[in-house]
Amino acid sequence: MGDFDRGDLIQIAYLVAAVCFIFGLKGLSNANTARRGNQLAAIGMGVAVVATLFIPGFDGVNILLMLVAIAIGAVISAYPARIVPMTAMPQMVAIFNGMGGATAALVAVAELTGHDFITKGDTVSILLGVIIGSISATGSVIAFLKLQEMISGRPIQFGGQQIINGAIAAAVVVLSVIIYFGMDEFGSILQKSDSTNLLLILMFALALALGALFVLPIGGADMPVVIAILNSLTGVAAAITGFQLNNQALIIAGSLVGASGAFLTLLMARAMNRSVTNVLFGAFGGGATAGAAGPAGEAKPIRETTPDDTAIMLAYSQKVIIVPGYGLAVAQAQHAVRELAEQLQERGVEVKYAIHPVAGRMPGHMNVLLAEANVPYDELFEMEDINDEFPQANVVLVIGANDVVNPAAREDKNSPIYGMPILDVDKAQNVVVLKRSMGSGFAGIENELFHDPKTTMLFGDAKDSLTKLTAAVEAA
Amino acid sequence: MDGGALSSEFMLGVYVFLLAIFLGIELIGRVPATLHTPLMSGTNAIHGIVLIGAMIVLGPADEWWLRALAFLAVILGAANVFGGFVVTDRMLQMFRRKPGAGAK
Repeated sequence: MGDFDRGDLIQIAYLVAAVCFIFGLKGLSNANTARRGNQLAAIGMGVAVVATLFIPGFDGVNILLMLVAIAIGAVISAYPARIVPMTAMPQMVAIFNGMGGATAALVAVAELTGHDFITKGDTVSILLGVIIGSISATGSVIAFLKLQEMISGRPIQFGGQQIINGAIAAAVVVLSVIIYFGMDEFGSILQKSDSTNLLLILMFALALALGALFVLPIGGADMPVVIAILNSLTGVAAAITGFQLNNQALIIAGSLVGASGAFLTLLMARAMNRSVTNVLFGAFGGGATAGAAGPAGEAKPIRETTPDDTAIMLAYSQKVIIVPGYGLAVAQAQHAVRELAEQLQERGVEVKYAIHPVAGRMPGHMNVLLAEANVPYDELFEMEDINDEFPQANVVLVIGANDVVNPAAREDKNSPIYGMPILDVDKAQNVVVLKRSMGSGFAGIENELFHDPKTTMLFGDAKDSLTKLTAAVEAA
Repeated sequence: MDGGALSSEFMLGVYVFLLAIFLGIELIGRVPATLHTPLMSGTNAIHGIVLIGAMIVLGPADEWWLRALAFLAVILGAANVFGGFVVTDRMLQMFRRKPGAGAK
């Protein structure tokens, strides 16, 4: 056994990085340690990157190019990451995810085009890397464009869409089989044929198209699931890149992310009572589903209220539960709601926030939006933890939420959202719904809660209404 | 398998892959819903580790197009890493327990 050489030190650095990722992820699972966890993961990344610069045999010019490229990447991403509003977090995550996917695909393409002889195992990982990386890249770009509302958030559908997508997917698979078996075999090594590069580029292009076409028909409301899936895919793509390069740090980091993304996907799908298949291929929110939503509203009675009346009711309550929906974020009313809550707390009212798992545009999005407005996270409660408390609540304030409080999910077997776990707001003593107008939610479904005798409606801009409420509570 | 197509290095990778998946599920299973967004964006940054892959390809590259391809890959990978960690850190610094205590 010789002394430790440079290669050994680099391997040890990768090991350190992998351990940092594991402990970082562990840290992320608790609010008190989350920030340090993320920083630990970042340190691990730094160690891995620096170690890589010292791999023997690297060309001096290329190392320089590497540093320039890293600087460019840092500048183009760190600045938007610093200024992006928290409401735009889902599209930010989507675009960064797409970049990771694109990196994995490009690495795989470069690995195959840059060599003449490749092992069988590497060939398989390269082909998978191109496919998964590309789908994740363009899928994320479409998700970004939808969330940024640069293209319609509605499902984009056209005739024969499923058939076209199926045909492209089949072509990608067939091409990869042709590429693999088109090479000459020498034991466990394959030699590329003349057509390999060309076929690979064709497959690359088709896989990119597939990613985009695959996300196009998925509606904006399903984006929490889509982002989780794409995140998971890029993780898997990173792990596959690790196989190509025999790099355990990549395999560990990639599969950790792949597993966590898959887990979150299932969690989100369960919170919407949909199967993942249904989200991906169901094109929810289209005309057909909305049409099935019961008899077209023969103007059922609703009771309208004023900020002053609501303020009195709130001020003399013992317990108030606030149910924020994405409408709250759209109206930029997070700070206004926190001010109202503080005003009530000063009067001795117990205030809690009830957060539905799919409130917002990505898992846990609403928690981030409220945290930004300085709402302490120990006032935020998950659905399972607070559902039993609604009967004791004197008033529930529903702000810009609709489907997640619709009792039809519990009672109406014909409703498209039947079976979706909801917040049991209708069990509270009084319900006040802050809403812009009588429009329906994402799913386009009538909400019985709004016609319940104990529900009053406070129409108007959420921020405006909340500011008035706070002033009125202060005066009460 | 004809002449051992599966190298021991490859198989070792498969074992690591499987164990890391179990570990990932084990670690994530306990994350409260409050932290799902930072978790997602944090893991998003971690898969930016593909940056290493791009660097390893760029390092010995000797043809201009290979350099260009890998150069682009390093930019994208680095953007994934930096953007992901910065945005996650920004989010997490907002999570605090007591109202107003030590506000920025």
